[in-house]
Amino acid sequence: MFLQQLINGLTLGSVYALIALGYTMVYGILELINFAHGEIYMLGAYLGIILLGFFTAIGLTSYSLYLSLGITLLLTVIFCSSYGFTIEKIAYKPLRNAPRLSPLISAIGVSIFLQNYVMLTQGATDKVFPSLFGGAGFTVMSTRITYLQASIILVSAFMMIMLNAFILKTKTGKAMRAVAQDKVMASLLGINIDTIITITFIIGSGLAAVAGMMVAMYYGLVNYFIGYSAGIKAFTAAVLGGIGSVPGAMLGGILLGLVESLGAGYISSEYKDAYAFIILIIILLVKPEGLLGRSLEEKI
Amino acid sequence: MLRLERIHTFYGPIEAIRGVDLEIGKGEIVSLIGSNGAGKSTSLMTISGVLKPSSGKIFLNDTDITGLPPHRIVELGISQVPEGRRIFPKLTVFENLEMGHYLERGDLQSSFDMVFTLFPILGERKNQKGGTLSGGEQQMLAIARALMSNPDILLLDEPSLGLAPIMVSKIFRTVHDINRRGVTVLLVEQNAKAALKLSHRGYVLENGAVTLQGNSEDLLHNEKVRHAYLGE
Ligand SMILES: Nc1ncnc2c1ncn2[C@@H]1O[C@H](COP(=O)(O)OP(=O)(O)OP(=O)(O)O)[C@@H](O)[C@H]1O
Ligand SMILES: [Mg+2]
Repeated sequence: MFLQQLINGLTLGSVYALIALGYTMVYGILELINFAHGEIYMLGAYLGIILLGFFTAIGLTSYSLYLSLGITLLLTVIFCSSYGFTIEKIAYKPLRNAPRLSPLISAIGVSIFLQNYVMLTQGATDKVFPSLFGGAGFTVMSTRITYLQASIILVSAFMMIMLNAFILKTKTGKAMRAVAQDKVMASLLGINIDTIITITFIIGSGLAAVAGMMVAMYYGLVNYFIGYSAGIKAFTAAVLGGIGSVPGAMLGGILLGLVESLGAGYISSEYKDAYAFIILIIILLVKPEGLLGRSLEEKI
Repeated sequence: MLRLERIHTFYGPIEAIRGVDLEIGKGEIVSLIGSNGAGKSTSLMTISGVLKPSSGKIFLNDTDITGLPPHRIVELGISQVPEGRRIFPKLTVFENLEMGHYLERGDLQSSFDMVFTLFPILGERKNQKGGTLSGGEQQMLAIARALMSNPDILLLDEPSLGLAPIMVSKIFRTVHDINRRGVTVLLVEQNAKAALKLSHRGYVLENGAVTLQGNSEDLLHNEKVRHAYLGE
């Protein structure tokens, strides 16, 4: 039972972590909470389902499941990244020098717009998706792990390792860290801040797209509202780990997934969604800078 | 080489610079002196493109560069070491220097060789986080980082601020050295005496306007300068 909940929690947590990275990276650079980020994840889930449905209809999934998944993943990432790119250009860039509240309101506006746009074009009811993997999986130490769960955990781990290497080792990654620490100084060294911001949105949206597609397959259903709760939970994960901190978002996401699933297993699954918020409240009271965050004094 | 013509810069409703004219010739060291709040840093930030002048023009070798964004200014060969050093505290010394070479102006290896020759201590500290360096080391790193872009013109904002006398003279000697390597320097300083001794010419800025200018030698003997800035 414990191991089983651990696996479930790890699966869920990897997804939260992928979404949380988008919140934390944008916050690290712009000090903006991108409330539209959950909708990017929702769009990724929808597109994943639509594309896989299409590939099933034309028989590509039965020809090669992995090929269809690969193409779907690629297209979903491209699609969501262009949404992230466009949202930044339309909703945030014009407000770069506005009071802090303005981009926040703009973000909420984009989020409401995207939800309604999807509701109108895709319908207000759940879209159900037949499971491609079935329940196939394997058993270790009397714990059942489906191939899908294993793939979600492995794909997430891979993405996070790649992201970390990108941020720590590449020139663009270092420039991202420089911009997060001091924008004016970074620009005085020749770094184009707008380009770095754009790249940040593209990467964050791409990660959310992967998360969306994987969750759509995991639960086998989507609706226009899933971005809201996933967004809030991923945001909680980001705060838990320390908003602005990349390793923090990873840790926070995984911890949150574990708490939810262990809580559901040992306490009550009725309150599954409440655990995230209980944690958020405790963190805000006890350690507002998050587990791996820098303290507020240090930031000012 | 660099020319400012009637530059006005505002912070919201506050006019920090009121019609500044300034000219720097190739190979010169020019000092800009003035009391707190005179508009020295504002002038440098306007040249670097961080602040946009509301009117006036800036020319680099007779090309109009007014209003270009900061990264374009760096690309054209003007680098600034801003007031307060602004080292990236969580990047290592080495990474700070790499960021200085972001636009890949000039050869990376020879840039590293140059800054490690000028400041050997940075070579010893290269894997240390920028934020853990002492004030003097941070100032060296800030200058080194700006030199990593192989600038034609270096803008220095109060490089001696908060440093012990021995470090101040080291920094001034280095500025001299850098200039001898062919870099034109615009030096903002509170330490007017040392700055004027080092430089060829100087400008005195008061309340956002140039009130005096001339050869450093003349300024050092000017009655008003001696009284107001040299404390004599
Ligand atoms: N961000 C800002 N917002 C509003 N006013 C500013 C800002 N920065 C500077 N000022 C004002 O502009 C004027 C010029 O400031 P500036 O920093 O250029 O002076 P400075 O000559 O560099 O002084 P110091 O020697 O103290 O560094 C000052 O009156 C200052 O109060
Ligand atoms: Mg100043």
